[in-house]
Amino acid sequence: MRFRLWCLVGSLAFATLSPCHAQSASMTLPKQVKAGSPFSIQTTGSGKAVLYIVGFGQVVRRELQLGQTASFSAEDMHDAGHYVAALIGQSSTDNGAFDVVPASQPANLSFLAKPSRLPVSLHDGISGAVYVFDAYQNLITAPTPVSFQLSGTSGITQTRTAETREGRAWTQMDSAAKEGAAHFAVHVGDISSTRIIQQVPGDPCALRMSARPSGQKIELQTEPLRDCSGNAVPDGTVVTFTEAYDGKQTTVDVPLKRGIAQAELPAYNGAKISAATGVVLGNEIHWGKQ
Amino acid sequence: MNKLALVISSIFAATLPLGASQPAVRVESTNVQGRRDFNEQTRAAVVRGYLEAWQSMAAALQQNRPDLLDRDFVGTAKDKLTDTIHDQVTTGISTRYLDQAHNLQILFYSPEGLSVQLVDNVEYEVQVFDRGKIQTTQKAHARYVVVMTPAEVRWRVRVLQGQPE
Repeated sequence: MRFRLWCLVGSLAFATLSPCHAQSASMTLPKQVKAGSPFSIQTTGSGKAVLYIVGFGQVVRRELQLGQTASFSAEDMHDAGHYVAALIGQSSTDNGAFDVVPASQPANLSFLAKPSRLPVSLHDGISGAVYVFDAYQNLITAPTPVSFQLSGTSGITQTRTAETREGRAWTQMDSAAKEGAAHFAVHVGDISSTRIIQQVPGDPCALRMSARPSGQKIELQTEPLRDCSGNAVPDGTVVTFTEAYDGKQTTVDVPLKRGIAQAELPAYNGAKISAATGVVLGNEIHWGKQ
Repeated sequence: MNKLALVISSIFAATLPLGASQPAVRVESTNVQGRRDFNEQTRAAVVRGYLEAWQSMAAALQQNRPDLLDRDFVGTAKDKLTDTIHDQVTTGISTRYLDQAHNLQILFYSPEGLSVQLVDNVEYEVQVFDRGKIQTTQKAHARYVVVMTPAEVRWRVRVLQGQPE
């Protein structure tokens, strides 16, 4: 009887004490860690354990002694994202999650600009979008001031300022009135990225030609062709000369050379001669009736 | 809106292998920023590309095969996932992700048409295997910021980044 009583007391005592001997594994996780910053995870319990941290950007597996602090150096966790953590002890586990957030200092820009070539004086013709990244290629989602600048040969600079939303900002700008290469730049803090935009003359604004006799022919010549901003229309632009006489029509297509187009047509007294390029019609000449 | 979600779900269902469980998908694309017209075809292609990217990613991380990322990932996202797979191989880990619900919001279609940004409040399950033995199964809920860019025939994920909700 006495032996049985001692056994009962002994069992109860063991049952009460045993949790203290095999203390369960647990850990204290930070809620957030800044990318590239040191941090630590405090564990409690006794015995050996393995700590797993998994996410799309990184995975960590670390064997440790429960009760120790797992320290992570500045470079250990640098990819922003959501991470789940599991502490697997010999007899118990603890789970949790935390976020690695981007560093606040911009270090890289992804600048998308379009087009690379466009006519002058086009409203909202140039567009650009920028994504802002930290030194670890994490998208900085906190609002960040951004400045877009478009400067060309005319010396006039267009500037737009914006603030990023979810890491991106965008703008649209007009092409300049003067042809030439423009620098389309985005500035974020002390970093920038630039794209070259070629601004080319637009369509001819007006077309004027003159005629003079040359034996049995008429020599036709246009004035230098310019767009509506005064830029010379590029050589190669085609001008069409048309001569109508006695119900018949003669047409000659001539590319611009050094800004002008020249052609020879038969000299018929009473012929009607016209010129056109694109949607622009030039003056009309009535040969022999001037 | 429900119609759109249904259409997207149907498109996605058609692309899944038999036996794979399908996540619930909800898409919101009102007030898309950027001046470019965001038409129905583009929207469907973006969402389909994104959801398929999750499947590729899950397979790549489970099998530790970075080549499975090639179709759906590019740039930073691909580099980071590839590094993660190399880390997994080095440490003897593999991970199994099962996406259960996506709540997508399309935020931005850049005016030059070269990028789309969306956020996804996603619910998923992750299992960690150490040398083939399962160590833990956890449910997670996270907000992901995603940037996708067009490739020859599909939209690819360029940025996939979880952030605090």
